[in-house]
Amino acid sequence: MTRKGPEGLLISPIRHGTVIDHITAGQALNVLRILGITGTTSEEVSVATNVASGRVGKKDIVKIENRELRKEEVDRIALIAPDATINIIREYAVVEKKGVEHPRELLGVVRCPNPGCITNTAEPARSRFIVVRNGLRCHYCDWLISKEIAEHIL
Amino acid sequence: MRHIISVRDLRRDEIDRLLDRAAEIEARHFDPHLLSGRILGLFFFEPSTRTRMSFESAMARLGGVSLNMGSVEASSVAKGETLADTIRVVSGYVDAIVLRHPKEGAARLAAEFASVPVINAGDGAGQHPSQTLLDLYTIRKSMPLDGLRVGLLGDLRYGRTTHSLAIALSLYGAEIAAIAPKGLELPSGIIHELNGSGTPVTEHTAVEEVIDDLDVLYVTRIQRERFPDTASYLDVASSYRITPDLVLRARPHLIVLHPLPRLDEIDPGVDALPNAKYFEQAHHGVSVRMAMLSEVMT
Repeated sequence: MTRKGPEGLLISPIRHGTVIDHITAGQALNVLRILGITGTTSEEVSVATNVASGRVGKKDIVKIENRELRKEEVDRIALIAPDATINIIREYAVVEKKGVEHPRELLGVVRCPNPGCITNTAEPARSRFIVVRNGLRCHYCDWLISKEIAEHIL
Repeated sequence: MRHIISVRDLRRDEIDRLLDRAAEIEARHFDPHLLSGRILGLFFFEPSTRTRMSFESAMARLGGVSLNMGSVEASSVAKGETLADTIRVVSGYVDAIVLRHPKEGAARLAAEFASVPVINAGDGAGQHPSQTLLDLYTIRKSMPLDGLRVGLLGDLRYGRTTHSLAIALSLYGAEIAAIAPKGLELPSGIIHELNGSGTPVTEHTAVEEVIDDLDVLYVTRIQRERFPDTASYLDVASSYRITPDLVLRARPHLIVLHPLPRLDEIDPGVDALPNAKYFEQAHHGVSVRMAMLSEVMT
């Protein structure tokens, strides 16, 4: 006979808001960074990391109370959490469920790591990256970010 | 409105059309008044002799005039004006802009703020499409561009001309042999990009390993400042020197190119060999830039 721990929820359900499930394990805090949710913003947020998941082994979960994420916000997290699913919750029920899609380009999300890039100057240039097969390519200087994309998020 | 910012923006048929146009121009089949009454603005935020003068010459041969920003110290840039503002203002003075700037991506930014066509004449370690087009033009004068085996030699890490040329050649089914000293190898991002477009790249540390198989050898400068001391620079530089003996060992049709200026990379004894095409390459700058100006200004 297997001994089971006490029954209970890791995070309580939310009434209204967004649940981001199946986030790549360890990326939950980066997801919050991309979404612009910091300790100084007003959202009520719950984070669970390294939760056992039958589908992907381990995963992270983020719940955001009273905020429904828009499509373009959701797609920004595709780079670091390509398997994430987004559940929009109203009155404790899932009213919409969607996956993330790789956007064709990212505007104002990633800082170009190339110190010689025009976007790292006082010029009025907003960061712009094209999503390519092996990473992200700076629209201005062609610099390729192929790993540790989260490190370069603005 | 048409800008020429990077070879990555050009399709093969567009490159072919520009090279065909340059060939017609070289054969004197062009209207010397084509750009009469038009003004070309030259904005060089970094020193240049060949590129700037060949654009001026190209514009004059097509009947137009050039306005030169002059030195950075004598311009509003010295007062801290952004490139974006400079470009917005001068768009009202000229019919096209040729820009060289130390920051990578500067020409792409300028194109967003300009109300006239922009041609990139070199942005930092980034793109220099007019150089690439004249490199391709020079090769095409000696042999068809398809399926060539091209050796790139020298500072392949920082050398923008080699990156642009390799990317353009990938449209023509080339094989690339990257020959560079340790620490100055072709960046992995460029190798991935080339492989992704079906272009095989082999890496070598000595030109002797591959010279027998090459159709084109593209030599670039190994810059002294990349080395910790003069002795280690001289050591590497001497082992990458192209000599008449080396060229005579290669296939007879091999051509040797160099974007110039050269230092010690090519022995002056090579200059007299029929394989040496680097001075011819520099002369083609005017025809190719005339083709580019007629493309964006008409």
